[in-house]
Amino acid sequence: MSAREIAADVRAGRRKARDVLEEHLARVDAREADVHAFNLVLADAARAAADAVDRGENVGPLAGVPVALKDNMCTRGIATTCSSRILEGWRPPYDATVVERLRAAGAVVVGKTNLDEFAMGSSTENSAFGPTRNPHDLALVPGGSSGGSAAAVAAGFAPLALGSDTGGSIRQPAALCGVVGAKPTYGAVSRYGLIAFASSLDQIGPFAANVDDAALLLETIWGHDPCDSTSIAGSRASLGSGADVNGLRVGLIQEMIGSEGLEPAVRDAVRAAADALGAAGAKVDTVSLPSTQYGIAAYYLIAPAEASSNLARYDGVRYGLRVDGEDVSRMNAATRDAGFGREVKRRIMLGTYALSAGYYDAYYGQAQRVRTLIIRDFERAYEQFDVLLAPTSPTVAFEIGAKTADPLAMYLCDVCTVPVNLTGHPGMSVPFGTDAAGLPIGVQVIAPALGEPVMFRVARAIEEASP
Amino acid sequence: MTAYETVIGLEVHAELATASKMFCGCPNEFGEEPNTNICPVCLGLPGSLPVLNEKAVEYALRVAEALHLHVPAESVFSRKNYFYPDMPKNYQTSQYDLPITCDGWLDVDGARIGVTRAHLEEDTGKSSHMGGATGRIHDADFSLVDYNRAGVPLLEIVSEPDIRSADQAKRYVEELRAALLAIGVSDVKMEEGSMRVDANVSVRPSGSNELGTRAEIKNLNSLRSLVHAIDYEAERQRGLVKGGESVVQETRHWDEAGGRTISGRSKEEAHDYRYFPEPDLVPVAPTEEMRAQVRASMPELPSEQRARLVRDWGIREEDARVIVAVPGLVTYAERAVAALKTGTAKDIANWVRQDVLAYLNETGLSPAVLSAEMLAELVDLVAAGTISRNQAKDVLDESLREEKWPRDIVEAKGLAQVSDESALAAAVDAFFAANAGFVDEYRAADDKAQKKKRGFAMGELMKSLQGKGNAQVLNKLLDERLS
Repeated sequence: MSAREIAADVRAGRRKARDVLEEHLARVDAREADVHAFNLVLADAARAAADAVDRGENVGPLAGVPVALKDNMCTRGIATTCSSRILEGWRPPYDATVVERLRAAGAVVVGKTNLDEFAMGSSTENSAFGPTRNPHDLALVPGGSSGGSAAAVAAGFAPLALGSDTGGSIRQPAALCGVVGAKPTYGAVSRYGLIAFASSLDQIGPFAANVDDAALLLETIWGHDPCDSTSIAGSRASLGSGADVNGLRVGLIQEMIGSEGLEPAVRDAVRAAADALGAAGAKVDTVSLPSTQYGIAAYYLIAPAEASSNLARYDGVRYGLRVDGEDVSRMNAATRDAGFGREVKRRIMLGTYALSAGYYDAYYGQAQRVRTLIIRDFERAYEQFDVLLAPTSPTVAFEIGAKTADPLAMYLCDVCTVPVNLTGHPGMSVPFGTDAAGLPIGVQVIAPALGEPVMFRVARAIEEASP
Repeated sequence: MTAYETVIGLEVHAELATASKMFCGCPNEFGEEPNTNICPVCLGLPGSLPVLNEKAVEYALRVAEALHLHVPAESVFSRKNYFYPDMPKNYQTSQYDLPITCDGWLDVDGARIGVTRAHLEEDTGKSSHMGGATGRIHDADFSLVDYNRAGVPLLEIVSEPDIRSADQAKRYVEELRAALLAIGVSDVKMEEGSMRVDANVSVRPSGSNELGTRAEIKNLNSLRSLVHAIDYEAERQRGLVKGGESVVQETRHWDEAGGRTISGRSKEEAHDYRYFPEPDLVPVAPTEEMRAQVRASMPELPSEQRARLVRDWGIREEDARVIVAVPGLVTYAERAVAALKTGTAKDIANWVRQDVLAYLNETGLSPAVLSAEMLAELVDLVAAGTISRNQAKDVLDESLREEKWPRDIVEAKGLAQVSDESALAAAVDAFFAANAGFVDEYRAADDKAQKKKRGFAMGELMKSLQGKGNAQVLNKLLDERLS
């Protein structure tokens, strides 16, 4: 049953929010031990919230709909860990803006989902609390970093979930788990209360089992927030309901469907999706965005640079873990050594180096110039096309442990998603068939800034055409 | 023997007197209970984001007007990264290569001191190092941190190395303080830390155009320490250079008790701040409308005010400086001048500079609560010869303390002077009648003795007139009889 139907039924009094919740909690009970989607299941708080909805206290557009939250979004009085030991024992004194908006809409928060530590990773294996497993095959990763949220929706633990996407962390796990995941335009959704990884790239977005539900959730969290200086002023979005692509110009990104390491089944699925759009009246052609080849290189300088600064505050002085030392700097070092995992440390070092005196221009500065070139490539493409089409992930879900020893192989999981974060544009992954082994494949729809209405329209058309 | 000149550049941090902090809504107040004016943003809690206080931008624009600074179309906040426990995020949100203002100057006693830039940044919290002998972090048993100050808006005002003496440095700071106070952007209290000064000091052979290696002196929390520290440091560097040694570029701390500067950070702790543009804030682009509003609301600056008082009231530059330095005192004096009938503005200025100021200093009152009309009446009474200058002193004192009109005090105490020449002539006649031979003795006496005799005569006359005789008229009458 879709989130839209649940909310409609609860609002009309046909179903109780509490009953909806219990059905989902029963599924959690049955499979969570295997999947490990959650760091924390908030059964009691969720029951109280559902009961409040049933008393008619909070009957908004998401009335009674269970929602899972990635555990890097602050929840007042509830542990928020980023799947890191460094935040041990910390309970935020405030709710993230998206959490406030969910609660105001009548949503029922069922739990905090697992992630790669501080959202750094593409498999949810970099969690201090152990990996999340792909509900389609427990030997496989769910993707990452929002793997817990993707798995929660795929396993039916919640019809909706929120994730955050810095380099593909919503879209890639959505593809690997066979659900819909969208990264909105940078600034469309408030980041206030989202624990920062890379501030100029981070964006919160929805997971859902279908495109319409993703639109419903995105509409709920969308809109200007005075607490976030980078949030876009303006009215609320209407993401529509149509799937008409007749006359739309669709560009297939040449560099991405021709990229090395792309599995043939994925390439075939993207081409098939393009053909389906063509059959529905869209004008499909290929488009070249040459600078996107340097996307990964630029991203892995900019994101770690910002992260090295964003994560400096975890020093054992004010909150979270503290490991004592002889003096304050040794305490800082011991705390950070014990509190951060390997990948986080790697990126802090990368970023610190990229910003160092004497290297700044060659690394961080150069990466910013590449970012500008990528933005120009996309601008040129949008002179000819309304939306762009690409794979989401070059591969289907891979085995747990397959890439943990090779950070570069792991980084390449983001090759098709990272450019969209660098431009700030919206992008979303829509399931489109499976490979021979039956593993889900995601097709990525990319649109210009604030092009969400057309992006969702195309996504619906792909969903309808999906085999 | 080579002569060396001292070259000084100052970095002044002024806390802006905005109602709330730089990036959050917490009150910007000094002296509250520790860790009470805090929130997720100024504590740098995970997930929190800064929102720029527009008032801080407006204040920076006011400073730009006062210091003739250029305001670029766009300025950018950057992160200055370093670890310190009183800095909640372990980076300071500051401005780096694109400050909100640059390229200005401040007039200091006729010399134009260049102002390189004035940029916005947030203050840190405050550490107290407990236990240990020095109160510094290195030998403390533990440290306490108060984050009330974290996120308070600061304007860092950086001068060019245009200052040539400790005294000129002091005058620069005084002029800067007066300007910041007059335009209402900071309360500039060095003792409360709302204004802090670092001095970059170097020496070079006189006549050279190259800059010597500089030391940056921190921890200067009074004008006195500023002067002493610069003098000490310049002398220290001269000693080094004359002895063939070189000056090390370093941070030095002013040791107030020891009267010396001591080496601060060692080289291995040298910081690489890894500045980069703050991604959580958007560039600041002051609109022309905002700048016009600032211009329209700028008060007269202290330097302009001083020049006007010297020109219009005929007073000395030094007196003008004293009056202008006290907030509200010029306005008070101007109101008094406006209420004058026969007295002069210069007289008003003299009374204000001396007696009124002493009274304000004693009571801590603001000039705004005083009646300027009462002062004007007092000056008129002196100008009309109704009371003497000496009498006026007491009358003014009573007028200030009791809020009474001077004329009423004069009447109540019967102080009015006798200036009528015929009445005074009668007293003089009576004196000479009672002191026969005085005239001959006076004429025969030498200068010194004459002076003494004249004093005696004046004393007797005043006694007979109960002290109300107009001394000027009496002197004139005495002259006529004794010459």
